[in-house]
Amino acid sequence: MTEPQTSATAVVAPSLEMRGITKRYPGVVANDHIDLTVRPGEIHALLGENGAGKSTLMNILYGLAKPDEGEILLDGQQVDISGPTDAIRRGINMVHQHFMLIPVLTVAENILLGEEELRGRIFLDRRESRRRIRELGERFGFDIDPDEKVGRLSVGWQQRVEILKALYRDARILVLDEPTAVLTPQETEEIFAVLRRLAQDGHSIVFISHKLYEVMAIADRITVIRRGKVVGERLPSATDEDDLAELMVGREVQLTVDRGISHPGDVVLDVRGLEVRNDRGRTVVHGVDLQVRAGEILGIAGVAGNGQDELVEAITGLRRPATGSVTLAGEDVAGSSPRELHDRGIAFVPADRHRYGCILSWSIADNLVLNDYHNEPYSRGVVMDEQAMRERALEAIAQFDIRTPGPNVPMGTLSGGNQQKVVVARELDRDVRLLVLDQPTRGLDVGSVESIHRLTIAKRDSGTAVLLVSAELDEVLELSDRIAVMYRGRIVAVVDGRTAQRDEVGLLMATGGATTPTPTGGATPTPAGDAAR
Amino acid sequence: MDVLYGIPLIGLLFQLIAYLVQVLPLIAPIIVVLATPIALGAMCGFMNERSGVVNIGIEGMMLSAAFTGWVAAATMTALFPGQTPIAGFFGATPALVVGLLVAIATGMLVSVAHAWLSISVRADQIISGTIINIVAVGATGYLNILISGTAPPTAGSFRAWVPPKELMDLPYVGWLFDAFLNQGPIVLTMLVMAVVLQVLLFRSRWGLRTRAVGEHPKAAETVGVDVIRLRYRNVILGGIFAGLAGAWFTLEYGNSFQGGMTNGRGFIALAALIFGRWTPIGGLGAALLFTSSEAIGTAIRFQPPSGELAQLGDLLSGVPSQVFSALPYLVTIIVLAGVVGRSLPPAAVGKPYQRESVS
Repeated sequence: MTEPQTSATAVVAPSLEMRGITKRYPGVVANDHIDLTVRPGEIHALLGENGAGKSTLMNILYGLAKPDEGEILLDGQQVDISGPTDAIRRGINMVHQHFMLIPVLTVAENILLGEEELRGRIFLDRRESRRRIRELGERFGFDIDPDEKVGRLSVGWQQRVEILKALYRDARILVLDEPTAVLTPQETEEIFAVLRRLAQDGHSIVFISHKLYEVMAIADRITVIRRGKVVGERLPSATDEDDLAELMVGREVQLTVDRGISHPGDVVLDVRGLEVRNDRGRTVVHGVDLQVRAGEILGIAGVAGNGQDELVEAITGLRRPATGSVTLAGEDVAGSSPRELHDRGIAFVPADRHRYGCILSWSIADNLVLNDYHNEPYSRGVVMDEQAMRERALEAIAQFDIRTPGPNVPMGTLSGGNQQKVVVARELDRDVRLLVLDQPTRGLDVGSVESIHRLTIAKRDSGTAVLLVSAELDEVLELSDRIAVMYRGRIVAVVDGRTAQRDEVGLLMATGGATTPTPTGGATPTPAGDAAR
Repeated sequence: MDVLYGIPLIGLLFQLIAYLVQVLPLIAPIIVVLATPIALGAMCGFMNERSGVVNIGIEGMMLSAAFTGWVAAATMTALFPGQTPIAGFFGATPALVVGLLVAIATGMLVSVAHAWLSISVRADQIISGTIINIVAVGATGYLNILISGTAPPTAGSFRAWVPPKELMDLPYVGWLFDAFLNQGPIVLTMLVMAVVLQVLLFRSRWGLRTRAVGEHPKAAETVGVDVIRLRYRNVILGGIFAGLAGAWFTLEYGNSFQGGMTNGRGFIALAALIFGRWTPIGGLGAALLFTSSEAIGTAIRFQPPSGELAQLGDLLSGVPSQVFSALPYLVTIIVLAGVVGRSLPPAAVGKPYQRESVS
């Protein structure tokens, strides 16, 4: 494909060129003649929704998948990449969205792995590798202790370890897959500074994202793909977020849902002095007080792993609080079972929909009555009424725009967005007093995000109290009437959702209000947090 | 000393310490001997679990190796009677050496089956281990009945190496040399390998990769480590230790086979592995602790505290001897209940690894 813009660097052979890459899977064309050119020293953003074909393209570049058609050129030379090891050998490195780091090993061990410097053919040359890591860190502006355990680092520093890992392997082309998904705005800025320095040094960077403002902030050039095809190439100077969003989704989208005016009523959820311990018996929620009123959305902002999971579990009856009270419309419900809470009017959309939200091998109809199967009209005595369940499913499919061939299709075959719609349909399709949303749009495409946000606001307007927990700061900022910032198990601030500044909340998330951010020991990093469960 | 011993209650503690100091040099050699199959079993478990494979079939692996090693040695003796020991080499005869090799090969072969089931087939690893245990008890028991009818000749057993007398006669520490060095080839191999594996685990490329694969195989794979191959290799090499442990039963400690003679030591080995926090030296330490409780029980029965320590002796004589036999098991239960603090297993242990689909 022809270059849309010419610049001084165009005379140099591109460090990476992918030409006419096509990859077909049964029933879908994941990549349809995709062209991508990345020049030396360029930060090239690859923008597209989930399922647009970004991952397939990068898997092809990384040798994890073989293209059906097309070719890959590195510095003008055609190459055949046989696998990750081969890709690394050719200077292509990938920083995965879910870090490929081992928490119990040290920084040095994580970086060395697979690329060990040896002494006497068997033993690790630890002194030499330490020296090289320190040297690399200094060169790119981050001072890191090679002997620190990775599990003790904050997420932002873990990301730096991932980048160091790539640099240690002499990466010339660095692919970052959604690198900012788990970072605070400040950490994002810091990583951007690192990336810019790498680009100045001549590294080529492919930055995969679906966050428009980030792409606008960091990229030298932007390639947008939709449904496996390149739909446009843009320079940040010659485009804006609305243009990019339209390219990405294929229609005009409203990026922010108008939240309207809230009319808060009586306090519905009243949490006082709540302390919750995690599975290891450590107190991770320290004396939290919070109130949610009818007809308002209270957002909880915080870096993942600051006690939000345990707080939500305590409120929804999945975890017994150590001390403190949870009152729902005047009645003490601390320690009640999830079913009791359901009957008292709590609806809950859990963060991990695969694990807690639905049963993937069951049908949509079955999943829709998971919280209500024991009641009329779905059960009569011990017999279940298939017909009633089917009718319920058809109704929900129409009302919530769930894209499926029919109500008896297993959940596992639906896309993430449609699975989430089923969960939301189950929880929202009745009158509830309190709606608890935990990461309701994680991993969803822009269209599904939009519709879930609309539903949330509609629910609020009908007088439901909504508690929204999200690691996506933008989501919290966009929907909340009030924002509570959670840091190391405490609510460190409550701010007005309409006037809150991104930077201000971000700083509270990162430091809890203290003046200097600490590089280590901050939030419990996500991998360790996941492992704990 | 009488003053100390005379203190109520605490005096008994001093008496106990004095008694231990008195009997330890006597029972130390047998403690090391009895700890050997447990420590070797723990090393087998270590090789498996550190790379992410659960192995509860150590017991069965040991038992199979004990049987085949013994049969091979006995058969060799029957075919070539009148073998003479190789001079200065643990009293080894060709029959014993063949038996040892067959035992090791058996441990490896059973491990191949375990590796295949748990890595390639991705079967439940607990089930795979259980199958190994059940089949081993059944098959060796049955074959043993068939063979014992023909009354095979005994191949004898390995003898202990005798370290220089000056070393063992050293004051204060001589008994340690006696306990650890005046031992047969399998015990000595176990001691050497515990140190070697420990060093390799934390200092070598193999160790780093093994730890990585046991914690987060996908991370290892993305930097070019072949997870499947490393797991296969470690599980099969781990079989060597189970094989050595089996050989210890029939070629070094004893010279005959009885059905079910491993008597749960493969499971105690797993406890030692956990107690030792998944390290070889830790496993050895745990094994020594377990067997010392047994040995002390025996010592109390045959040489009860007397003289100055009579008070302690009177107390202990009232304790039924079964309590001491049960001690290692009690210790194991206490250990497994987490009394020693949290001992965290490798994160990926027991989870079969599925490579990302390359299509």
